[in-house]
This record gives sequence, C-alpha cells and structure tokens, in this order.
Amino acid sequence: MTEIRQAAKSGLLLFLVLFIITGFAYPLAVTLIAGAAFPYQAHGSLIVDGQDRVIGSDLIGQSFSAPFYFQGRPSETPITAYNASSSGGSNLAPGNPLLLEHIADRVRALRNAGVQGPLPSDLVMASGSGLDPAISLDAALVQVPAVAEARGLPEDEVRALVLARAESLPVPFVEPYVNVLSLNRELDRLDRRG
Amino acid sequence: MAQPAPLLDGLLFIAFFTAVTITGMLFGRYIGHVFSGDYSHGIPGALEARLFRFIGTSAGEEEDWMGYAREMLIFNGIGFIALLALLLLQGYLPLNPEGFGAFDPGTALHTAASFVTNTNYQIYAGEASASYLTQMAGFTVQNFLSAATGICIAIAVMRGVTRRSTDRIGNFRVDVTRCILYILLPVAFLAALLLVSQGVIQNVDPYVHAAGYGPAGPQTIAMGPVASQEAVKEFGTNGGGFFNANSAHPYENPTPFTNLVEIFLILLIPVSLPFVFGRMAGSMRQGWAIYTVMLAIYLPALGALYVAELDGNPLTGQFDVTGISMEGKEVRFGLGGTALFAASTTATSCGAVNAMFDSFMPIAGMVPMLLILLGEVAFGGVGSGFYTIIGFIVVAVFIAGLMIGRTPEYLGKKIEAQEIRMAVLTVLVPGVLVLILTGVALFLPGTAGAMHNPGPHGFSELVYTFASQSNNNGSAFAGFDASGIFYALAGAAAMTIGRFVPAVAMLALAGSIAQKKTVPPGPGTLPTTSATFTIWTILVILIVGALTFFPLFAMGPIVDHLLLSGGG
Repeated sequence: MTEIRQAAKSGLLLFLVLFIITGFAYPLAVTLIAGAAFPYQAHGSLIVDGQDRVIGSDLIGQSFSAPFYFQGRPSETPITAYNASSSGGSNLAPGNPLLLEHIADRVRALRNAGVQGPLPSDLVMASGSGLDPAISLDAALVQVPAVAEARGLPEDEVRALVLARAESLPVPFVEPYVNVLSLNRELDRLDRRG
Repeated sequence: MAQPAPLLDGLLFIAFFTAVTITGMLFGRYIGHVFSGDYSHGIPGALEARLFRFIGTSAGEEEDWMGYAREMLIFNGIGFIALLALLLLQGYLPLNPEGFGAFDPGTALHTAASFVTNTNYQIYAGEASASYLTQMAGFTVQNFLSAATGICIAIAVMRGVTRRSTDRIGNFRVDVTRCILYILLPVAFLAALLLVSQGVIQNVDPYVHAAGYGPAGPQTIAMGPVASQEAVKEFGTNGGGFFNANSAHPYENPTPFTNLVEIFLILLIPVSLPFVFGRMAGSMRQGWAIYTVMLAIYLPALGALYVAELDGNPLTGQFDVTGISMEGKEVRFGLGGTALFAASTTATSCGAVNAMFDSFMPIAGMVPMLLILLGEVAFGGVGSGFYTIIGFIVVAVFIAGLMIGRTPEYLGKKIEAQEIRMAVLTVLVPGVLVLILTGVALFLPGTAGAMHNPGPHGFSELVYTFASQSNNNGSAFAGFDASGIFYALAGAAAMTIGRFVPAVAMLALAGSIAQKKTVPPGPGTLPTTSATFTIWTILVILIVGALTFFPLFAMGPIVDHLLLSGGG
C-alpha cells in the first residue's frame, strides 16, 4: 500500500511539472515568439479596409454569389454559410439523395446566373471546413463570361485578372487555385478603374 | 482540384516517402540515444537529475514490467482526473473570452478518456465549446502525455525483446520525461513556429467580428492558440482538432505546404520506431523487416484510396458536373494531398482529417476503416502501432513455428504460452470491442436516428464510430451523432479498454521475454528478416484484420459502392 501511495505522489509531482511545461510554458512561448515574428499570421491574416474595419481574413472564405461576383465553394456550416465560428462539412454520402438535390439546386442557380459549360465539381460541392477560401482555376475561369457581362467589363480583362491571381503556388503538385475574396476585391478595383 | 493529376500525385508520393524514410532513419537514431540516456549529461543531465530527485526516482533505477505498468496507469489516471476537472470547471476558469460553460458530464467523461488514450475522437465542436485554457492546459497537455506514454511503452517492449536474463525494462517516469523534453517538445516548438509563418493562427484574442466584404454579411471568426496544439496534435498522432473541421480548417492547415508538413509530422515517429528497434536489436535488418511490412500494407491502401476517388461521383455527371467528388474536400490540398493525409492519419492512430471521410466515395471511405481495423500497424500510432506489430509478429512466429514443427523463436528467444496469451490479447481486444459494440448498438432504437446517411452508408458510419474509438484513432464518419449518452459511455469504455489492455499485455510480454536466455540460431530457426517471413507477417495481419471484419465491409462500403456504381 505504501508503495502505491509513494508511486501516486511521485506520479502527481511529475504530472504537475509536465503540466506546467506543456500546458503553459510551451503554448505561451509559441504565442509570444510567433506574435513577435509573424504578427499578421498569428492573429488570423486579417484584412483591414481603409477605415480600419476588419472585413475578413485572407484565409477564410465568404459568401459571394454569381454573376456580379465570383462565387466560392458552397458552404454547409451550421446556421449560415461560411460561419467562421462553427466550421464543418455536410457529411453527406455521395449516394445520398439529399446531396444530389443540393447539387441540382446549385447547378440551377449557376445556370440562372449565366454560367455556361461543364461545371467543375468544387463549384457545386461543399467544402470540408465550410470555410474554403479558394476555388480551382477552372472553377474561376468558367465564371468569367457571366461576371464580365454582369459588370460590363471586357471578358479578356476579367480572364487576365483571374489568371494573374492563380500564379505562383507554394508547392507544385496542386492544381492552380484562386482565392475568391482576394479575386473579388481585385475585380471591384478593376471595375472602379474602368 | 476538380481535375486530378495522377502522374504528379504519384511523383509526390514517391518523393514524400523517400524523404520520410530517410528522416525516419536519422530520427530513429536520435530517439534511440534519448532513451539510452546518451544526452543526459552536462546541463540537461543536471536539470534532469534534479527533476528526478524531486519526484523521488533516479535515472538508474529501473523497474520490472509490473512496476512500469503501474507507474504508467497511475500517471494516466492523474491526467484523466485533471482533464475531467478542467472540462467540468471551465466556466469558472480564466482564458475563456467566449464565456463557454462546462462540458456536460457525459461529453466531459468521453472527451477526457479520448485525449488520455491518444484517441481524440471528438463529440464536441472545439470552437463552439472549449475555452483557450481547456485547449492549452487540457488538450495540448494530453497531446504530449498520451503520445509520450505510447512511445515509452514501445521502447519498454523493445528493451524486453532485446534484453537477456533480466526482469528490468526501464523506468516509466524517466522515459516519459525524456520523451517529452528531448523529442516531443523541441520538434513541436519548431513545427508550431513554422506553421504560424504559413498562416496557422496563434493568439488568445477574442473571436473577431468582421464586417464582411461586399455582399458577404458580417462574420464572426474563431481565434485561439492553434499552432502550438496543431504541431503536437500531428507529431504525437493525437488528431484532436482545435476546430470542428480539424485539419480541413484553413487556420489549422492553410496551404498545400502546411498540409505536407502536417502529414510528415504524423508519420515521423511511427516511421522512426522500427529503426530504433533495429538499432537496439543490433540488427538493422530486423528494423527494415518491420518497416517493409508497414510499407507493404500502407502503399496499396494509399493507392486504392486514390484510385477510388479518381473517377468522381457517377451520379453527378447528369448535371454536367466534371471532376472528382469535392463534397467535404478542400481545393488547396488537391486529390494527392487529400488521399495522402487520409491514408496517413488512419495508418497511424492520428485521426486528424483534412477532408470529411463520410463524404468520400464508398471504397475510398473503406480504406481508412480497413487501416484502422488492421490495428493501425502500418505505420501505427506513436508507440502503440509498434507494440501492436510486435504482437502480430509473435503470433506470426508462433503459427509459422507450428507449421514447420519447431519451437517458435524471435530474436533467439523462445516464444511460449505467456507470450502468445499476451500477443493474442493485444491483437484481438480492439477487434472484439468493435464487433460487440456494433452489435449492441444495432439493437438500440436510437441508432438509426444517429445515422446521418441512409442505407448501407449509415451502417458504415456506425462501424467506423466504434472501429475508430476501439483502436484509438479518433477520425470519424462525422455525420454520425455519437454524442448520445450510450455512445458517449460506450465510446469512453472502448477507448479505455482498447488502449490500456493491449498496452499492459505488451508490457507483460516484454517482462516475460526479457527474462529468457537467447539461443543461438540453428538449422530449424525461422529467420525473421527473410522475405518469406515478411510476407507471412503481412498475411497474418491481413487475415486477422480483413477476415474478421469482411462481413462488416460487405454490408457497409461494398454494398454502398455497388449501389452507387449501378446508378442507385
């Protein structure tokens, strides 16, 4: 019995030491150093507009709808789409009739917005996080004619804008993709210049 | 990523595994030195000695297997109580800017068991229920401690198998301390900073209320000390996401590059351990033999998962939709990065996910299920995978010995009744748990309601829920609602039994085998480094795993696949 009591005391002391090191010292050290070295990233890659308002994050998607803006991934987060305080996907199976209904609705909405041609699947299927900030380059390009027409902008200029946003990726092996929020902000800038 | 590029992805896999293997060999050498105490001199040695004196032990004081198991269970028990208390009291504690209240008792019990057993199956949504204090002092702490526990048991088993004529297999408290201070903490620290530099967040800010751009409405963006937890979540094959969406969330895994970094972290220790063993056994070929078994199971699984996703959903062509099934997947990872993550997280006991398995094509969803049900031996969770594969090898040696009519031996040690009992216990307990709990659940009236998808897919969800928990994986077919009280309690029991019964059994095996003398190899000895034996071990693993569960696969994912490809 005394052996067990001694082992318990020893285990408790060890736990306390490791608890303080891994639960406080480590995360606080990372917070302090990361906050000093990479303040922008550490605090969420937030985008601030001219009036000092936070309009969102470069890494977190937002809801846009075609044709006036480029549309991003469908989002199935609870309560509202792109709910950044409650991430998650639909978890619908590929054969679930409900999923097919959702896809049919999304296809219809895109067609009504004037988007023509085969639709890349990322444009009509919801992301895993519900916050995916990007669409594939194909999914952006297929929206170009509709967006250009809605805005009264030359198609070539809008396409050039998309292609410029899809350049240089951090690693190869991934098909080019485009950040939707950043693309739409560029689009507004182009529109204002025009 | 609507259009996958199989050739580039194949190249990615080859390059990635070459890098992981080479790093694993080097890191294995480092791990071996750490546990031999080779770095415990000079200033770290003095600090370490002081700490050991404070807790009342010393580096030279080794224990027999019962002592080792007792220290391990006590240490984990204390961790469990501390985490449970934290979850129940979080409403009264600081670092809680969103003012989250206590976890309800069932969820708290499940969550504490989940993190202590290195499972990290989550029936709560992190950003909607856990305070920053809970994430740091609760989850992050257990991410370190449970990972260290697994690694230490693996090391103790290696000592038992390779030592001769002794009953001592190490000192748990010394091993745990060294594992955390020399291995887990430094790598996690550097990895956390690397992840922040790429966009993973690390702060204790309140949630940000963003105005939104243009037509997009206002958005509340969850914050938190994510990177420090993310790094150890992957490196310790824990897998519990800071956010509900886990590594699919852009703040946990923002780019294709961070995705590869995270997969690399998941695999590094599991890949290193066979090499640690080879070094300890004085024969790198023993390590390579085990590593070969792992690769031979892992690579075809990865390939199958990838190919199953390649053609996309056959039901969406009617809408003129092209490309792979993107439901539940993120664009930035590509199919390669998604498949590699999914296979790696279930081949180890990690369970982090960067895509939603519930929405995978049926056969692609079956692959993670199969890898988990094989016992997560290729490459295995930190530690637990390695000691489980030793259990399989002992069984393989025994059956082969019976077939050729010789006394079974491993590394010159006779395998006798005690070893076989313990190995069989290790190998069978998780599987038996899955079968019993799945069977019981099917009789309960609430089970059909907990399923999120109709038909055979709902059954797959149920099997996956218990497979994942009994084998301490933690990934999920997340549509399944496992938060009901039966599931919370059954899950907590499955995780606890699935973790500690094999762990103690393998320590007992180590203790018994350590006492044996080695006999020099004779003409009747089965060489355990030969290609024949390696293939034999793979077959034993596949037969135990696949045959035990084949009926479940047939009723779940296989029927699901047939219905889907037949056009429903």
